[in-house]
Amino acid sequence: MKEPNDIILHAVIKVAVVIIFTFSINLFFSGHHNPGGGFIGGLGFSAALTLLFLAFDIETVRQNIPVDFKVLTAIGVLIAVFTGVGGIVFGAPFLTQAFNYFDIPVFGKTELATAVLFDIGVAMAVIGTSMSIILSIGDDH
Amino acid sequence: MSWLHIMILIPFLFAIIVPFIYRVFAPRIHTGWFVLSVPSVIFLYLLMYIPIISTGETILISVPWIPSYGINYTTYIDGLSLVFGLVITGIGALVVLYSIYYMSKLKESLHNFYVYLLLFMGAMLGLVFSDNILVLYVFWELTSISSFLLIAYWYQRERSRYGAQKSMNITIFGGLAMLAGFIMLSMMTETYSIREMINQTDSIYEHSLFLPAMILLLLGAFTKSAQFPFSIWLPDAMEAPTPISAYLHSATMVKAGIYLVARMTPIFGGTPEWFWLVTSAGLITLLYGSLTAVKQTDLKALLAYSTISQLGLIMSLLGMGSASLYYGTGDEASMYAAAVLAAIFHLINHSTFKGSLFMVVGIIDHETGTRDIRRLGGLMHLMPISFTLAIIGGFSMAGLPPFNGFLSKEMFFTAVLNASDMSIFSMESLGVIIPVIAWAASVFTFIYCMILIFKTFTGKYKPKKLEKAAHEAPVGMLVPPVILSSLVIIIFFFPNVLSQYILKPAMGAVLPAYSQPGEIEIKISAWHGWNTELFMTLGVVGAGTFLYLYLKKWIGIYSIYPYSMTFNNFYNQGLGKIEDMSLTLTKSYMTGFIRDYFVYVFTFLIIIIGGSMLFLDGAAFDAGNNAPVSIYEGVLIISMITAALTVLFSKSRLTAIVAVGALGYLVSLFFVIFRAPDLALTQLVVETVTTALFLLCFYHLPEIRREAVRVKFRMTNLVISLGVGAIVAILALSANGTRLFEPIAYYYENSYELAGARNIVNAILVDFRGIDTMLEIFVLGIASLGVYTLVKLRISGRDRSERTK
Repeated sequence: MKEPNDIILHAVIKVAVVIIFTFSINLFFSGHHNPGGGFIGGLGFSAALTLLFLAFDIETVRQNIPVDFKVLTAIGVLIAVFTGVGGIVFGAPFLTQAFNYFDIPVFGKTELATAVLFDIGVAMAVIGTSMSIILSIGDDH
Repeated sequence: MSWLHIMILIPFLFAIIVPFIYRVFAPRIHTGWFVLSVPSVIFLYLLMYIPIISTGETILISVPWIPSYGINYTTYIDGLSLVFGLVITGIGALVVLYSIYYMSKLKESLHNFYVYLLLFMGAMLGLVFSDNILVLYVFWELTSISSFLLIAYWYQRERSRYGAQKSMNITIFGGLAMLAGFIMLSMMTETYSIREMINQTDSIYEHSLFLPAMILLLLGAFTKSAQFPFSIWLPDAMEAPTPISAYLHSATMVKAGIYLVARMTPIFGGTPEWFWLVTSAGLITLLYGSLTAVKQTDLKALLAYSTISQLGLIMSLLGMGSASLYYGTGDEASMYAAAVLAAIFHLINHSTFKGSLFMVVGIIDHETGTRDIRRLGGLMHLMPISFTLAIIGGFSMAGLPPFNGFLSKEMFFTAVLNASDMSIFSMESLGVIIPVIAWAASVFTFIYCMILIFKTFTGKYKPKKLEKAAHEAPVGMLVPPVILSSLVIIIFFFPNVLSQYILKPAMGAVLPAYSQPGEIEIKISAWHGWNTELFMTLGVVGAGTFLYLYLKKWIGIYSIYPYSMTFNNFYNQGLGKIEDMSLTLTKSYMTGFIRDYFVYVFTFLIIIIGGSMLFLDGAAFDAGNNAPVSIYEGVLIISMITAALTVLFSKSRLTAIVAVGALGYLVSLFFVIFRAPDLALTQLVVETVTTALFLLCFYHLPEIRREAVRVKFRMTNLVISLGVGAIVAILALSANGTRLFEPIAYYYENSYELAGARNIVNAILVDFRGIDTMLEIFVLGIASLGVYTLVKLRISGRDRSERTK
C-alpha cells in the first residue's frame, strides 16, 4: 500500500477506538434487556479493530494484538457448544439456559444468566470470523 | 445421565486426554498402559450386569438428547448387547495390552493410534447399547471412520491408504443404504426405537416398504460383516497394525453386521425373504472364504479370508435360526432356536480363537520380520509357546476337540441338518444343498488351519529368508493370547455355564419367545453319541487330511480362475472409471469464471423456487394486514432505488461502493422506522465493516472501464437477472401474505418470565432458538476458514505455477 500522510486519522482513531470498544462492551452486556447482544457487540468490536487495521499497518497492529482470529472463532464456537452441554450435565436438554438473581456486593441485586456465557461465545465467534476474513483479504497483496 | 451412559462416553473422553498423556510421558512410559484402564474398567462394570440379565431382565435408560426431534440417547442392555459389550471391552483390554509390546514406544506415533482405538471402542459400545436407530447409525458410521483411520495408520504406505479407502468406500456405502432402510422402518412404524418396532412386527410385514427396507438393512450388515461379494475390503484392511486386525477386523467391527442382523431378526425374521437372504449370503460367504483362504501365502491374508468364512458361518446360523420365529413356540421352534444359540456361541468362540491366532501371527511377524508362509517354517523349537497357542487356536478353528470350536461346529452341523429337513420356505427341494455346502466349507476350513499351523511351525527352518533371527516373543506379548487360548479350552469343558449366563439371554434378545429363562432346554455337550454330526466331523478330518497332504497336486486349480473376473478387479476398474468420469464432468462446468457460477446458481434458484411456487400454488398475496405506506417510507424507497441504479450505472468503483453503502444504511433506517433497534444496529455495523472491507479490496481491483468493454451484453444474463428479481419479489410478497406457523412475536409476551430477558430479540437468539444461533456461528466459523484457505491457497498455487514456468 501507499504511505499516506494520515496523522489526523491516527490521532482521531486512537481516541475513537477506545470509545467504540467501550460502547461495544456496553452493547454486549445490555443485550439482555436492551438493544444489543453478542452479535452486535462482537460486530462493533470488530469494526473498531478494522478501523485500527485501516489506519495503521496490519503488521503493527498484529504485533500489539497478537491474537489468531481463527483460533478465537474456534474458542467462541466451543464456548457456545459447552454452555449447551452444561444443560445436559444438570439433566436438562441440550442448550437449556438458566438465570437467577443474586446479591452481589457493589452491584446490588443482579441477574446472572448462563445465556450471557453463550453470548460470549457468539461474540467471540463473530469477532473471529469477521476479523479473519478481513485480514486474510487485506493481507493478500 | 446414568453410569451406563458415562461408561459408553469414557472412551471418547479419554481419547481427548490421550495426546496430553503422550506428550508428558512419551517415550518414558508407553501410552498403552494408561489406555489399558479404560476397557478393563468398562469390562468389570459390564460383568456386574450378568446376574441381572441372566434372569431375563432388560434395562432401558433414556437421556433426552434432541427431544424436539424425538431423538433420545437410549441405552438398552439385554443379553445380545451384553455379549457384544463384553467382547468389545474384553478383547479390547487384551489387544491394548498386546499393543503395548507390539507398537514401539520410540518409533510409533502412539497418540494417534490410541485416540483412534478409543474412538472405535466408544463407537462400538455406543452401537451395541443404543436402542434408537438414528443414534445407532451415527455410531455405526463412526466405527467405519475409526476403522479407516486405523487401517491408514501407516499412511506412508500406498497399500495402507488403498486398503483404508476401499474399506471406507464399501462400508460407508452399506451404512448409507442402512440409513435409508432405517428411515423406511421409522416411516412404517413412526418410531425410532427398536423396542417399539418389535412390537409392531405384524404391521411391518404387511407394509409395501417391507422388502426394500429389509434389503437396504442387509446391505449395511453384509458390507460391514464382509459377506460375499462385499468381502473384498477385509483382506486389504490387513494393512493395519496386527492388534487392530485382531480387534477390529476379526473380533468386533466386522461383527457389527452380525449384531444388526441379530437385532433386526425379531422385526424381519420368520419370513422366507429374510431366511433365504441371510442364510444364502452366509453360506456362500462361508464357502468362498474357506476356498480362497487355502491359496493365500500371507498369514494375515489367510486369517482375513478365514474371518470372512467364519462370519458367513455365523450369518447363516442366524438365518436358519430365524425360522424359529415362523413357528413361534413349540418343538420345531426350539429346534431352530438352537441355531441362534449356536450363532452367538460361535461368535464368542471365534473372538477367542481368532483373536489369539491373530496375536500369534503378529508375534511371528514381529519376531521374524515376515508373514510369508513360503519363507517361514521350522519355528516350533524356536517359538514353543507360540506354537502351542497356534495349535489351540488352529484346532479350535478347524473344529476339533477338546477346543470350543468343536462344540459350535457340531451345533452348526445340527442346524444345517435340521434346516435341510425343513418343510417351509420351499426348503423341500433346495434344503439338501445346505449340509453339502457346510460340509465342503468345513473341509477347506480344516485345510487352511493345517496350513497355518504346520507350514509355519514345522518343516525346515530357513534363517536366510528371514529378516531377523527368530526367537520367542516377550512375556507381555504372550499374555493376551495365552488368556484367550485358555478361554478356548475352558469354554470346551464348561459350555453350559456360559450358555446359562450369557448365551441364553442373548438368544432371548433375538427370539423374544424365549426371553425368559427356563423356557427352552438346550444343553451343550461334547459327546452326543454316534450321530450324523460326528460322522460329518470325522469325514471333514479324513478328507481334510487327505487333501492337505496332497496340497501341491491340486493347488494349481486356483490359478485357472482369471483375475479379470474377480470382484477386486471390478472394484478397481470401477473406481478408476468413476474418478475419470467425475473429472470430466467437473471440468465441463467448473470454468473458473465466477460469472458462469452465478449463472448456475441463479438459474437453479429460479427453477427450484419459481417452479415450486408455480406447481404448489405458493404465490399468494394478501395485503389486508399491511399498514398504510407513510411518507417516510416512500422517500426511503425512492432513495434506495436511486442508490441501486447508481451502483449499476456508475463508471467508477468508488462511486459504486459508496452507493452500496448508502443502500445498506437506508435499509437500516427502515429498521429504525419499524422500531427494530437491534436489527438497525446490526445492519449499521455490518454496513460499516463491509464498506471497510471493500476499501481494503479496492486497491486490488482492476479499473471498471477496462472490463466493461470485454463483457458483452448477453440475453441469457438479462433474462436470469430479471427472473431472480421477480422471484425474490414474489417470494417476499407471498411470505408476507401467508401464515403457516404462529408468529415468533408470540414470545414477546413472556420473554421475561421464560428467559429472564426484556430484550426479546436477544432472548430468541440465545435462548428460545439457541440451537439456530449455535449452528449459525458454526457456519460463520466454517465460512471464515473457507475464505482464509481460498485466499492462502490461491497464493501458493500461483507461486507454484510461476515456479514451473
